[in-house]
Amino acid sequence: MSPGRRIDWIPLALVGALMLAALPLVGSAPTWVTLTVAGLAMGMMIFIMASGLTLVFGLMDVMNFAHGAFISVGAYAAASVLVAMRGAMQEASVTANLSAMLPAVLAAIALAGALGLFFERVVIRPVYGDHLKQILVTMGGLIVCEQLIHVVWGPDIIPLPRPATFTGSVTFGDAAIERYRLLAVLVGLAVFAGMWLLLARTRLGLLIRAGVENAEMVESLGYRIRRLFVGVFVAGSALAGLGGVMWAMYQESVYAQMGMQMMVVIFIVIIIGGLGSVGGCFVGALLVGLLANYIGYVAPKLALGSNILLMVLVLLWRPNGLYPVGKS
Amino acid sequence: MLHRLLSGDTPRSRVLAAILAAILLALLLAPLLFPGTRSLDVAAKVLVFILLVASYDLLLGYTGIVSFAHTMFFGIGGYGVGIAAAKFGPTWGSLALGSLAALGLSALLAFAIGLLSLRVRAIFFAMITLAVASFFQILASQLSALTGGEDGLNYRLPEILLPGTRLIEAPLLGVDITGRIASYYLVFAAVLALFLLLLRIVNSPFGRVLLSIRENEFRAEAIGTRTVFYRTAANCIAALVATAAGILYALWLRYTGPDTTLSFNIMIDILLMVVIGGMGTMYGAVLGATLFVTAQNYLQDLMKMASEALTGVPLLPSLLHPDRWLLWLGVLFILCVYYFPTGIVGKLRARR
Repeated sequence: MSPGRRIDWIPLALVGALMLAALPLVGSAPTWVTLTVAGLAMGMMIFIMASGLTLVFGLMDVMNFAHGAFISVGAYAAASVLVAMRGAMQEASVTANLSAMLPAVLAAIALAGALGLFFERVVIRPVYGDHLKQILVTMGGLIVCEQLIHVVWGPDIIPLPRPATFTGSVTFGDAAIERYRLLAVLVGLAVFAGMWLLLARTRLGLLIRAGVENAEMVESLGYRIRRLFVGVFVAGSALAGLGGVMWAMYQESVYAQMGMQMMVVIFIVIIIGGLGSVGGCFVGALLVGLLANYIGYVAPKLALGSNILLMVLVLLWRPNGLYPVGKS
Repeated sequence: MLHRLLSGDTPRSRVLAAILAAILLALLLAPLLFPGTRSLDVAAKVLVFILLVASYDLLLGYTGIVSFAHTMFFGIGGYGVGIAAAKFGPTWGSLALGSLAALGLSALLAFAIGLLSLRVRAIFFAMITLAVASFFQILASQLSALTGGEDGLNYRLPEILLPGTRLIEAPLLGVDITGRIASYYLVFAAVLALFLLLLRIVNSPFGRVLLSIRENEFRAEAIGTRTVFYRTAANCIAALVATAAGILYALWLRYTGPDTTLSFNIMIDILLMVVIGGMGTMYGAVLGATLFVTAQNYLQDLMKMASEALTGVPLLPSLLHPDRWLLWLGVLFILCVYYFPTGIVGKLRARR
């Protein structure tokens, strides 16, 4: 989405159309509500993880295959904090739970961001403009990070129970909705709104958008695009860490390969959205999340192919993704 | 004669030539030199991976495209043989049928993926292949009636390839000539032939066009090269050879499962082998695969010793834990990409 310009509503309408089309297929309204919320929650979490990656690509033409490592590292950092604060997690009071979750999330964001900074400085900087080497080097970075996670946190899966007040579900009429999914939707919306405000309403956002459009021009006007880029990279890594925590709590476990596994979905999402487009990434993530949940219910056998199918269909319709970013 | 066999692409370095000759000799005489089951397994794995890595190098080193779907084609070969042998019995006919079906499917898939995504940029292709490969991996584990799911398939092969069969009554040079040896030499001959074929391909005019695309795609197109056609063709050839490698590996192991064929770990292994051995040289594949597979099997023992010797020192033992060998190869990989992108072969050739 290009804020400030006329918005292309068709892909957004597609999300609505998908929801409506699913209603008769699913059959019962309460189930549909449950599935829709589940899909939105999944989509929001994917969006949080993917948004940084697509923005970094749009701004600096860098594709970071090690993005998954930030997801895992964020999840592990949070797990360390949460395991230490187990007592506060099990109390049935929101304040006690939040007092454990906030430091955990902050730890995840800080560690993932720091790792991002290190990565930008040490690993990616020497290979700007060379896609082949970028893919290879960041892939190597992913391997090393995964192995280091094993060294620091051990090779076993760490169970990560959700906080007491966010387990179970609330019921609206006949529809049961898991509390944690509502939380995920809220956080996702907040992140998207924050990003949109930053990009559309601030001077910094203006510069970032201009950089995506034409980096050289921004530079020649006297702005340090490099510094901007480092900032975006670190912010994107931190968001990946945040997404990692949320995904880990959703799955209730943490393991080193989770980042790599998420990368596949994330790639599909940012390809669907159009490489470099944050709005496209948002719509793509929602489509993927919703479709996965609907198909998982209606035709479980097809579920594993739903992402690929969606990607192929979208690319046949718009070969450069839903919101193509005008840059070759 | 030798010059023609190598398609004029000689090692161009005495040390490299000596190493290659040593590897060739060791692999040729492996059943004699290393009679143990484990070492023969290692030798066969080296052979298969030489072929697999060489075919990947055709893509990465010669054409400059990164694919993450190479294990998918490797797996198609393995499952082709596996499913055919498990369903239709251990006859040569069913093996041929399975192999042909696998090769056909691979060519078709490679063509489709190529047409869909090679029009655009390298990064796009890398991402699409990653998605398709992971989809294929899930597919293989879901269709468990056909593929045996996570457990994979165990199957019998024609009598002559089984370890229980004695081809010659009396031991030859102190070695029992069993079906195991026959299958080893089958793998050896096939790998050698296909490797020489790949060498032929990269040194043909076709190979030169691939190099020109790698060096400057824009210019290649401006001269009049239809880059999409050449890239798709390279993708198909690489996929076919990878499938062949999968078929050979299945014949050797008499087992096909996700961990030995489709796993993403194998993809990472291939990447490491190509880059450490040397991108853009077929000989790099030989060195990379030999070094890596040997390290995989024997470095761990070494690390275990080091790790135990350092007990008590903080952090170091866990860094040197035998399961962490990939950590060190990963670091080596990154250093290779930065400091010697032509790998070991490039270093050796530069020294002369």
